[in-house]
Formats: sequence, structure tokens, C-alpha cells
Amino acid sequence: MHLPFAALEVGQQLYWQLGNLRLHGQVFLSSWVVIGALLALVVVGTRSLERDPRGVQNLLEFIWVYIRDLAREQIGEKVYRDWLPFIGTLFLFIFVSNWGGALIPWKLIHLPHGELGAPTADINTTIALALLVSLSYFYAGLSRKGFRYFEYYVEPTPIMLPFKIIEDFTKPLSLSFRLFGNILADELVVGVLAFLVPLIVPLPAMFLGLFTSAIQALIFATLAANYIGEAVHEEHH
Amino acid sequence: MTSWLLLAEAGATAGSPEGGLFDLDATLPLMAVQVVLLTFILNTLFFRPVGRVVEDREGYINTSRAEAKQKLAQAQRLEADLKEQLKEARVASQKLIQEAEQDADKLYRQALAVATAEAIASREQARREIDTQRESALTQLRADADKLGDLIVDRLLAAK
Repeated sequence: MHLPFAALEVGQQLYWQLGNLRLHGQVFLSSWVVIGALLALVVVGTRSLERDPRGVQNLLEFIWVYIRDLAREQIGEKVYRDWLPFIGTLFLFIFVSNWGGALIPWKLIHLPHGELGAPTADINTTIALALLVSLSYFYAGLSRKGFRYFEYYVEPTPIMLPFKIIEDFTKPLSLSFRLFGNILADELVVGVLAFLVPLIVPLPAMFLGLFTSAIQALIFATLAANYIGEAVHEEHH
Repeated sequence: MTSWLLLAEAGATAGSPEGGLFDLDATLPLMAVQVVLLTFILNTLFFRPVGRVVEDREGYINTSRAEAKQKLAQAQRLEADLKEQLKEARVASQKLIQEAEQDADKLYRQALAVATAEAIASREQARREIDTQRESALTQLRADADKLGDLIVDRLLAAK
């Protein structure tokens, strides 16, 4: 037969009942681990902030500068500051989720139903994130430009109107499915390879998975920042 | 565990009565709320304090660099000033030395002139004294000779 770690379950959920709401328990459990790890890192790193950085502060500052540059480049000098925490949280949450899903040996923990993994391998999580991005760019555009925001739909010509409206639906759709598909596919590939050949062979796929995970986090954060930047962009006539 | 790699519906039927890959439920809004909360927490714990530290440092470096540039410019200006002063002082000292040399020369010449004049004067006086003494000696001698001659004449005349 096969090793106990090498089993695969797809579409199995650990259901929690909250009132008359149903939740995917395994997603929340792993997301709490991810959030806990993030908060632990942040709390340890910011315990004593100094002008001459030491230890974890260096890492945190590197992350901060990386996210700042990303947000500034995509959103623009004027408003990137308001959206930096949101973009940064998206990036960190997705990145740590993806890497956590790949690096933490979740299979050692047995659940009655379903299995633990990256929270981003669940469609609920990615749609939640993508909808947050949609809300954010609407809010960013409306709060910055008022109803002039809707001029964006008819620029440069009114012919663009239907396409721009369709874009509002395709943006969250592509954001969520890209992330979900990539992470789930990575987990499946590694799982299948580990199921077939438990030793050595899955390693290249695992490395590729780590690479994909990082790239997906970067893509999601960059696109989110880009959409917000598009919404707050001022046309100069 | 034979149900690996089955599609959503198959997975759903194999496990619990519901489920599947695209099983949307209350996980979605709760996850959204969770992420929004995480955004606020990370903003307070991470983005704001670290941002402040990084930007403070950037500001500190910028102002330090500007200050250093200013100080360098000031130092260069001071150096130029001092060089100018040094040049002027050299010229002034050169002039002073020249003047002092000229003064010394003049004094030497004056002293020489005075000394020469004195020497000439005293020689003149000496000569004059010698002349008067010679004059008086000659007069005396002439008188004595006259007296002697008279005496000789008297004696010779008396003997005859």
C-alpha cells in the first residue's frame, strides 16, 4: 500500500456549524496558524525598533520597503500611503499561506474530515480576498474622485463602457481563480507525486511549488495595487 | 483513500453529503472579515511603526547628508578665505621686511654720513690747530732769529 502521508483528498471539508452558517473548519485552522505566525514575527521584530536595525527588524524593514516600492509603483506617489497596509497584508497573508501550505507538514495532523493545507487553496479564501480588492478599488476611486470616478468607464471613448463593466466582474474572477488554481494545483501535483514515488521525486515539484507560491502572492498584491492605482488615476486632459 | 484526484462532485459524494472544490459558504465573508481585521492589526503593529522607523532613518540620512554637504562647502569657503589671508600676510610680511631693510640701510647711511662728517670736521680742526701752532712757532722762530741776528750784529760791531 502507500505511506500514510501520501493520501489525497479533494473537495473534502471539515464542516463547522455556527448558528445556521456552515464553515470550512480546516481553512480557518490553517489561516489561524498563518496569522499567528505573521503576528508572532511582527511582534518579535517590532519589540525594540531602533535606528540601527538589529535581528528581525532588518527582515521587517526589508519587507516594508519591498511592499512600499510595490505600492508606490502601482498606485502612485499621492495615495499609495493609504493603501500600503492593505496591499501589504494581502501580500503577507497570501505569501505566508502559500509557503505555510507547502512547508508545514499538515498531514501529520489528522482531521475527521478533509485535510489541512494552504488557506489559499480554498476557493472561499481567494474569492474573499478578490472581493476585498474589488471593494477597495471602488472605494478608492469613489472616495478620491466622487462620481467623476465613472468617467473612467467612458475613457478614452464611450465604446469602452461595456468592456470596462465586464472588467469589474473579470477582475475578481481572474484574481481568485488564478490564486486558487495555482495553489491547489501545486498541492495536487506534490500530493500525486508523493503518492506515486514518496522519495526524492517530489522535491523538484516542491521547489517549483515554493517558487509559484511566492510569485502568486506577488502577482495578487501587484494586481490589487494596480487596480486601485487605476481607480485613483487622474487623467490629465 | 482511493478517491484521490476526483473532481469536485465525486469528492463530495465520497465524503460528506456536501462539499467539493467550489463549495461556497459562510467561510467567504468570515475570511474577508478576518483579513480586514488582520489589515488593521498589521497596520498598528507593523506598517505604521516600521514605516516610521524607516522613514525617520531616510529623513535622518538625507538631513545628515545635506548638513555634511553644507559643512563641506563652508570648510571649502573657509579654506579659500584662509588661503587668501595667508597670501596677503605673505605679501605684507615681504613688504615689512623690505621696509625694515630700507630703514636699516638709511640709518646706516645716516650714521655713516654723520661719522664721516665728524671725522672730516675733527681732521679740519686738527689741521687748523697744527696750522696755527706752526704759524705761531714760525713767528716765534722768526722773532728769535731776528733777535739772535741783532745780537750777533751788535756783538760783532762792538768787537770792532
